[in-house]
Amino acid sequence: MIALQRVSKSFDGGVSFAVREVSLEVPERSFLAVVGESGSGKTTLLKLINRLIEPDAGSVSIAGQSAKSLPPHALRRRIGYVFQGIGLFPHMSIAENIGITPRLIGWPEAQIRARVGELLDLVALPRSYLTRRPAELSGGQRQRVGIARALAARPAIMLMDEPFGALDPVTRDTLGAEYRRLHDDMRLTTVMVTHDVMEAVLLADRIVVMRTGNIAADGPPHELLTASDDPAVRTLMEMPRRQAERVRALLQERTARG
Amino acid sequence: MDERLASALHLLPEYLSQHVLLSAAALGLGVAISLPLTVAASRHAGIRWPVLGVASVIQTVPGLALLALFYPLLLGLSSLCRHFLGFGFPALGFLPSLLALTLYSMLPILRNGVTAIVGLDPAIIQAARGVGMTPGQRLWRVELPLAAPMIMAGVRTAAVWVIGTATLATPVGQTSLGNYIFSGLQVENWVSVLFGCGAAVALAIVTDQLLALVELGVARRRPRFAWLGLGLLLAGVAAAGAVPLAAGGRAGYVVGAKNFSEQYILAALIADRIRGTGYEAAERADLGSTIAFRALAANELDVYVDYSGTLWTNILGRTDAVPRAQMLRDVKEELRRRYGVQLLGPLGFENAYALAMRSDRAAALGIRTIADLARLAPRLTLGGDLEFFARPEWRLLQARYGLAFHARREYQPTFMYRALMSGEVDVITAFSSDGRIAADHLTVLEDPLHAIPPYDAVLLLSPRRAADPVLRRALSPLVGAIPIGLMRQANLQVDRTSDKFTPAQAARWLTAAAHLPEQ
Repeated sequence: MIALQRVSKSFDGGVSFAVREVSLEVPERSFLAVVGESGSGKTTLLKLINRLIEPDAGSVSIAGQSAKSLPPHALRRRIGYVFQGIGLFPHMSIAENIGITPRLIGWPEAQIRARVGELLDLVALPRSYLTRRPAELSGGQRQRVGIARALAARPAIMLMDEPFGALDPVTRDTLGAEYRRLHDDMRLTTVMVTHDVMEAVLLADRIVVMRTGNIAADGPPHELLTASDDPAVRTLMEMPRRQAERVRALLQERTARG
Repeated sequence: MDERLASALHLLPEYLSQHVLLSAAALGLGVAISLPLTVAASRHAGIRWPVLGVASVIQTVPGLALLALFYPLLLGLSSLCRHFLGFGFPALGFLPSLLALTLYSMLPILRNGVTAIVGLDPAIIQAARGVGMTPGQRLWRVELPLAAPMIMAGVRTAAVWVIGTATLATPVGQTSLGNYIFSGLQVENWVSVLFGCGAAVALAIVTDQLLALVELGVARRRPRFAWLGLGLLLAGVAAAGAVPLAAGGRAGYVVGAKNFSEQYILAALIADRIRGTGYEAAERADLGSTIAFRALAANELDVYVDYSGTLWTNILGRTDAVPRAQMLRDVKEELRRRYGVQLLGPLGFENAYALAMRSDRAAALGIRTIADLARLAPRLTLGGDLEFFARPEWRLLQARYGLAFHARREYQPTFMYRALMSGEVDVITAFSSDGRIAADHLTVLEDPLHAIPPYDAVLLLSPRRAADPVLRRALSPLVGAIPIGLMRQANLQVDRTSDKFTPAQAARWLTAAAHLPEQ
């Protein structure tokens, strides 16, 4: 379980807060989506978990242990991290990219090789890609490698920051669905930041809405879709429903005419 | 083959190997210092601008000045070191050249490296942190490999700069390909100048191409190319290192020379006589006037020829006028007492500073003496060599005769004579042993007040060789054996524009003409 307790972070010495006294618990094997406008603090919240950003106040604990009990690099080796920029290492082959965390930990080479092959199968890339360079891959293929790299050292937790944001809609939909299956099969705990409410609704078990560094709403998708006290949250959450209704209406019109 | 080309080729192994060793050491040291600095500067913006700023400022210092400045600096450090730790180190030659060139090599490596590392895609850095790399792993596994092609490009630029600038190591006493250029310029041996330039250019091109191979190997991740390039470079350096080892078999003597024809000829003559006794002799030419003496006193040279008046004013700091014979005695005594330097004896001719004019012009103006000149000086222009106006003789002349010229200009000696003949200047500071005085029909102005001290050419031996039997046997016959007429002729053979001799040829001619005994 990931637990944040009254965590705050300011980038300007306390004048304004990217995250302000946020407390949040993410149970094991749950899939949490964090949504909100740009600047609402959702990416900062995510990075506080694997200490890419250190909090000014409050504490973060993972599986009951303080995140500070390990050096940051050791903590990060146990947590998968996928982000929109992907950040594949251009001077390494696909196999080297995927195997990087196990190699840092010091797995035997044979075990790394076997794991890399297994992961390519898992993210549905042909084994012939092992020796290719990232530059030779399409955007969707690269993010598949990014996910494989994050999963390589068998982390229990995955942090994803707009993981499918730069992909075309079809790839995005496919990859999202495939990842959700991996999440279930591998019994992962996933925290995914996205600005796409539809994506959050379709993939997550639970949605947290961030606004100016605070949690504005927190609940299962169907609950937030139907009822919220906060008018802004309601507007935000109504969007996917309105879109879905418009699509349905269009389809019915076609059927009626036809 | 042309004698000048043959002599240039003969010197190539020594000059080239010295040039290669110096450049390689400077570049190696430059890389070794720049890389950690690059990493530090790319990590901390606070030291980035100071480091790059200082490196840029160093780059704007003219190469020759940078090299020259290390001489007094090292001299001071060396005497401090001797005072407190009991040992000194040479302030001339390899060390100052190495330090100056090392500084020179740093900017391109630093600038390229910092630009490359700071400019890396932030997503890649974030990923490196995200997958759990420590800062050190991030550096070695991600940042340096990705910045390596840019860093290598910086190393290539640095290598070309260092090889070019290393030619300027000659005047601070480090043999380099610059010896061809400096001595060639001095005696108007254009074959030598071109040969030196060509050799430096060729060396720079070859080095650049081999480094390009390394760069290609690094950029394309083909280690075989990188190792091949690196291997060939190291082989070149090793070959250069083997040359002095092969030559240094027998105990050798080092003969110094300042930067003009007479000095080259006499150094060649001395070296010939030493070789005649069966010992090795190397020439270290193109030294600055006081630099030569300091090097001798520090046992970096074994023997060279200096002039009594120069030693009297520049080394002993005397300004009083004394008769010629007494000056010789006093100089000999004082040099031995203060420095342990042995004055073996005068060669038999004087090479004094003198003021000279074209004879037709002197006659037209009615000038015979410096006193005559003083009256007309406000209308005339004086040309001097590069050091004259900084020397005490100039102050003495000004003070005694009240000389004040309309303008004064400084030239390389060769161009100074040209300027006089073409009328750009009216009066020049000539040397009384210069062959061009007779050849160009110049009038040497008399010095009725004896403002200019006597300048007997004298043989000086280093403290270590003060009683060396080989040097004494080889050089004692030279004492009193070279009259002014022969020296002027020998100088003219080297300085004239057609039918030129190399200093070595002139030295052989002088040996025969002066009837020096066989050994």
